[in-house]
Amino acid sequence: MTASDTHRAIDAVWRIESARIIAGLARMVHDIGLAEELAQDALVAALEQWPESGVPDNPGAWLMAIAKRRAVDRLRRQQRLEQKLEEIGHGLETEDPAPEFDAVLDAVDDEPIEDDILRLVFTACHPILSPQARAALTLRMLGGLTTEEIARAFLVSEATVAQRIVRAKRTLSEAGVPFEVPEGAERAGRLASVLEVVYLIFNEGYAATAGTEWMRLDLCQEALRLGRILAELAPQEPEVHGLVALMEVQASRSRARTGPSGEPVQLLDQNRALWDRLLIMRGVEALLRAEKLGAPPGPYVLQAAIAICHAQAATAEETDWARICALYEVLARVAPSPIVELNRAVALAMAYGPERGLELVDTLVSEPSLKDYHLLPSVRGDLLARLGRLDEARDEFRRAASLTRNAPERDLLLDRAAACGPD
Amino acid sequence: MRFLMMTTDDGSAGNPPDEAMMAQMAEFIEEMSKAGVLLATGGLDPRATRITSSGGKITVTDGPYTEAKEVVVGFALIETRTKEEAIELSKRFWKIVGDGEGVIQQVFGPGDAFPGQ
Repeated sequence: MTASDTHRAIDAVWRIESARIIAGLARMVHDIGLAEELAQDALVAALEQWPESGVPDNPGAWLMAIAKRRAVDRLRRQQRLEQKLEEIGHGLETEDPAPEFDAVLDAVDDEPIEDDILRLVFTACHPILSPQARAALTLRMLGGLTTEEIARAFLVSEATVAQRIVRAKRTLSEAGVPFEVPEGAERAGRLASVLEVVYLIFNEGYAATAGTEWMRLDLCQEALRLGRILAELAPQEPEVHGLVALMEVQASRSRARTGPSGEPVQLLDQNRALWDRLLIMRGVEALLRAEKLGAPPGPYVLQAAIAICHAQAATAEETDWARICALYEVLARVAPSPIVELNRAVALAMAYGPERGLELVDTLVSEPSLKDYHLLPSVRGDLLARLGRLDEARDEFRRAASLTRNAPERDLLLDRAAACGPD
Repeated sequence: MRFLMMTTDDGSAGNPPDEAMMAQMAEFIEEMSKAGVLLATGGLDPRATRITSSGGKITVTDGPYTEAKEVVVGFALIETRTKEEAIELSKRFWKIVGDGEGVIQQVFGPGDAFPGQ
């Protein structure tokens, strides 16, 4: 094995093991930032030693052992320091703290690591942090991504991500955010915060908001992986399965979403033969898992049900728009938002004609939160075009083109404007 | 990246896996599920039906075949970031199973260029 082979192998081991190691350590040191640093120390040790010694038989256990040793060293040092301070203050001697550490070490071996990973997810996605910081921290701690990889994925500089992560760790530490899975009344809100981050990561990859690349599939896969992990760690949460179902079905379309020159292809124009049946099937299974739990459907479950409704239509013409309208209506009640209304308008137009859709869209035109949202004029333009009001449609497509930051999408919108005929 | 991990069997081992190993396998599958990498898995009946097409003539033959060297008896379709990660997971699998043989092949999915493209 060459040195670079070993490095690639270490990289693979790290991606498989890092979340478990960080999570296990976080339970010892009650600080996910410190836990991650200690885990990084272990990684550095592996990078130093494995090219010589070879990859050990149980690489995860090796990394964990090194990291734990570092953690104990650190705790001892800290305690000695505190002891010293105390001695200076009170002139008192205290007992040797060692037995306590052994108890901590034993505890790490006893409890299932899965619980720690769930704690890690909840801590890294704590609402005290901005969604961007949560996303960076989650990808770092649970996805095992490097700062550089996260920066590339989010199209920001490495320094920005590094700073985001450092600040996030400090915020959590200073706020004394406990390393635990929230229970009771707090749980629902905290879970929503976790799911928001996973979906943010997914969407960042699925519909890249900036740049020339329509999709950054790696990020979608990271989000899917996180979602699938969560579904196993918190199987009793219907919204987790709902989110997984939604992401599986959306990801199933990734091959059909871009044309030969990278331009976006809209759902109804997609070649359905290119949809990934395996992911659709997984999406349906995830939705069934959610439904089996018997709770009233939440926003992700409803969105997944809508996505699956599309996935189950063999052709665009066979789409059950009435059912989609009904699902959007429930969604608008459960999680009202102008975006949901906009989507409901599209469904209404498909089910009952463009007038019905336009009626609803026109109520959204003055909506402040949609002021710069390119899909509003894009949808409105489409409905106007279908009603033969081409001059108005052209203006709307142009407006939409001026608002999108995605280059291929802008081209598509300008094409649609041109198709409305000359001014 | 998607990989298909397959276990092959030439029928020489003959012994069906014992209960302890089956339990370990189940645990391994659960672990891969929990790691979010397992997309699908299954066992295959080694008594395969062979279909050959030659010069427009399609022949269907039922096994077993005396000349069969390797038959796929199990598979796991996984999604990992790199090939090395798939190999690492496969190593863990073989540590449970013991002696045997298998292959790992990349399954081209969305976002992967086909060779030559």
